[in-house]
Amino acid sequence: MSGTTKNYSRYLYAIPYASWMLLFVIAPIILIFYYSFFDIEGHLTLDNYKRFLTPVYLRMTISSFWYAFLITAFSLLIAYPTAYLLTKTKHKQLWLLLIILPTWVNLLLKVYAFLGIFGTYGLVNAFFETIGIGTKQLLFTDFSFVFVSVYIFIPFMILPIFNALEKLNPSLVDAAQDLGASSWTTFRRVIFPLTLDGVKAGCQAVFIPSLSLFMITRLIAGNRVITLGTAVEQHFLVTQDWGMGATIAVFLIIAMALIMIVTGNRKWGVKQ
Amino acid sequence: MRKKLKISHLYLIVVFLILYTPIFYLIYYSFNSSGTMHHFEGFTLDWYKEVFADTRLLIIVLNTIVIALFSAAISTIIGVFGALAIYYAKRKQIKNALLTLNNVLIVSPDVIIGASFLILFTIVGIQLGFTSVLLSHIAFSVPIVVLMVLPKLQEMSPTLVDAARDLGANSWDVLTKVILPYITPGIFAGFFMALTYSLDDFAVTFFVTGNGFSTLSVEIYSRARQGISLSINALSTLLFLFTITLVIGYYFITQRSQRSSAVGGRK
Amino acid sequence: MKKLIQLFTVVFVSAFALLYVTSYLNSSEGYSGKNTLTVYNWGDYIDPDLIKKFEKETGIKVIYQTFDSNEAMMTKIAQGGTTFDVAVPSEYAISKMKEEGLLLPIDHSKLPNLKYIDPRFLNLSFDPGNKYSIPYFWGTVGIVYNPEMLGGKKITSWNDLWDPNLKNQILLVDGAREIMGMALNSLHYSLNDTNKAHLQEAKRKLDALTPNIKAIVGDEIKMLLANEEAAVGIVWSGDAAEIMSENEKLDYVIPKEGTNLWFDNMVIPKTAKNIEGAHQFINFMLDPKNAAQNAEYVGYSTPNAKALEYLPKEIVEDERFYPSDELAEKLEVYENLGKKMLAYYNELFLEFKMHKK
Repeated sequence: MSGTTKNYSRYLYAIPYASWMLLFVIAPIILIFYYSFFDIEGHLTLDNYKRFLTPVYLRMTISSFWYAFLITAFSLLIAYPTAYLLTKTKHKQLWLLLIILPTWVNLLLKVYAFLGIFGTYGLVNAFFETIGIGTKQLLFTDFSFVFVSVYIFIPFMILPIFNALEKLNPSLVDAAQDLGASSWTTFRRVIFPLTLDGVKAGCQAVFIPSLSLFMITRLIAGNRVITLGTAVEQHFLVTQDWGMGATIAVFLIIAMALIMIVTGNRKWGVKQ
Repeated sequence: MRKKLKISHLYLIVVFLILYTPIFYLIYYSFNSSGTMHHFEGFTLDWYKEVFADTRLLIIVLNTIVIALFSAAISTIIGVFGALAIYYAKRKQIKNALLTLNNVLIVSPDVIIGASFLILFTIVGIQLGFTSVLLSHIAFSVPIVVLMVLPKLQEMSPTLVDAARDLGANSWDVLTKVILPYITPGIFAGFFMALTYSLDDFAVTFFVTGNGFSTLSVEIYSRARQGISLSINALSTLLFLFTITLVIGYYFITQRSQRSSAVGGRK
Repeated sequence: MKKLIQLFTVVFVSAFALLYVTSYLNSSEGYSGKNTLTVYNWGDYIDPDLIKKFEKETGIKVIYQTFDSNEAMMTKIAQGGTTFDVAVPSEYAISKMKEEGLLLPIDHSKLPNLKYIDPRFLNLSFDPGNKYSIPYFWGTVGIVYNPEMLGGKKITSWNDLWDPNLKNQILLVDGAREIMGMALNSLHYSLNDTNKAHLQEAKRKLDALTPNIKAIVGDEIKMLLANEEAAVGIVWSGDAAEIMSENEKLDYVIPKEGTNLWFDNMVIPKTAKNIEGAHQFINFMLDPKNAAQNAEYVGYSTPNAKALEYLPKEIVEDERFYPSDELAEKLEVYENLGKKMLAYYNELFLEFKMHKK
């Protein structure tokens, strides 16, 4: 559609982005790959990869995926209706900002607040006590881990879905309803498919970082949940076994690429 | 219909309540005289006095804001260009490859990002401190901006650009008069997300900071060893109230100015 | 477009304005001057009043930076790009840093106050002749427990923890050496054991403890124990002192099988710029009055023999924190086991953490 000069100018404005990618993405990836071939004493080896395939790490991988799945599913379940209802409110942009605002309060502080809220003598248990359920152990359980993770990630799920709903053409919904479709059918047949891109973006934004959660695995789950991210952190900071840490990182990068390609391809396929 | 509306309102109220409970919890205990986040003893403003007396803390707060503003603005600019580059990429494989590379930093555990940036800065010879922290924050904010802007570009109909070209607009005009106005909501979303990432980041900053430079989250983390002092709660309360006023104020100001110049607006 | 330009103008203008304010504050506070000393220490591990006193006495402005693990600190120092003048690593980190050439030798002639240090804490295996390190604090690893929550039951040994009545009552600190060491001690092995069969045995013993474990946590263990979230915790002695000052019901015990004796030490990293100032600082911290003041604030045990005279009697005579010579016999210092062995410890600890209830 255009001559070489125009193409040239296109490349020109990509320069900052390209140099960013080179310096902060490709160089670190190369570094990580490089490190993954060294054992703790600095010998060139494939042992790290062998070790990753042992039951310990495989189990860790499976449980990371399982928890990431749970976190994503619950986030979606809560975020979709929220985003949908937000689009129906009067000052929707303001409400959306108010959804994002809590993320600006320091994460560690919020997690500490949850330690207090979920504690044996905390807010929730005091409530349970008054309504007669009695004190339950909430801290250091799967429930609290998933709950707090969903809490942290939910704005990142709401935002893309909200945007997708926003660009939805209301006449389509009207048309469906005029044709006699029930609310549920309209949602299932019209609204949801048209906002699928937003849902996908949200799921990616939640699922992938969930794989590598750390800190709250210790603070909220009491190291009862060990994700790949926890293991990486341990290897980099505690064991100083950078090789093994890098190997897990390589695996995470590959997993991410696969997820992106699988979900991405379809998206582009629909568009073109 | 009326009843349905009520249920939906209730749902939103519950969501907001949960989102804000930990924050109100922090605020509540910032007035606690006993010094811990348990057992409210009595009302005090001592923690607020402590915050205002602590110049170092003030410097750290300012550092955090400066880094957040700069990194969000710069990464937004780079990210918009990046999104355009991905959008213009012709072959599907290149698009996917670029997008995958773009997302590497979003998915990598912070520790890896921190460690590899640290090595990188050492190789390049950048002193640890303001510059290294700023560069890292820009680096990890760029991909999220791209992800926020790209969908807007995709939904823009190509005929819009073609039409502008047919009318004799050059590349610059097309960019500033057609594309950028169209994707402005995406750019704003990207900017705010970048701001969020920067304000929230702890692990990466922890690795790449040095020479006395510190941000709030790093400071909070190192103070947490003794159990978080309530002066941090007080500080967070102040920051929270400040931002919420800013956000609401900003919203209503732009609302008003939009209404007064509404007729020729974007939509 | 107008909106975008507006946004970016506002952002850049305010950012530059704030940057100006920060640099103004920095220079008015003396942080950006020439005569500074950067101290790299654990969070909240010094009495801030002492820093002010040191600044007043010497005119040197102290920049206090913190780390949360020896490993993070070593990574930073090894990578360079920073100027840390004094750091406070633990003993096993010191032997590692020595091996990697990250430390500068300390000139003892500039430290007249060194004579106050109890000779028991000098010339230890990790740094013969104290060429590179000067003791800062020391302590033990032991058990904090709440007799009230245990129905008046006393805990005296590591093996008491395996009591089935303690189901879901124990908090562990998240450290491979500490927890593996506890298991090794409970089996009457050395906590520097490198026999893999013994280590496997220790790991199996830990697995058997899982029903009793509520969580494996970091520094928040102090808050959790003080708030009675659990009845028993494995902690460092200084943390124990802090917990007990917050909740008087709790007690600390050094288990009778013996445990770890650890030291944090002041060193001068190779990145130091103000070496003269670093010596001044170390000497200042060795002053008995200052050491006593610091020990009272931080709650750990001071190696400064003369400083004990300035401390309240009930602290010095408390055998839980200043153990008798007889008990001290059973305490062991961590040795540097080498990277490979350490990795093995960590691997076992990771497997233990993943062991399901």
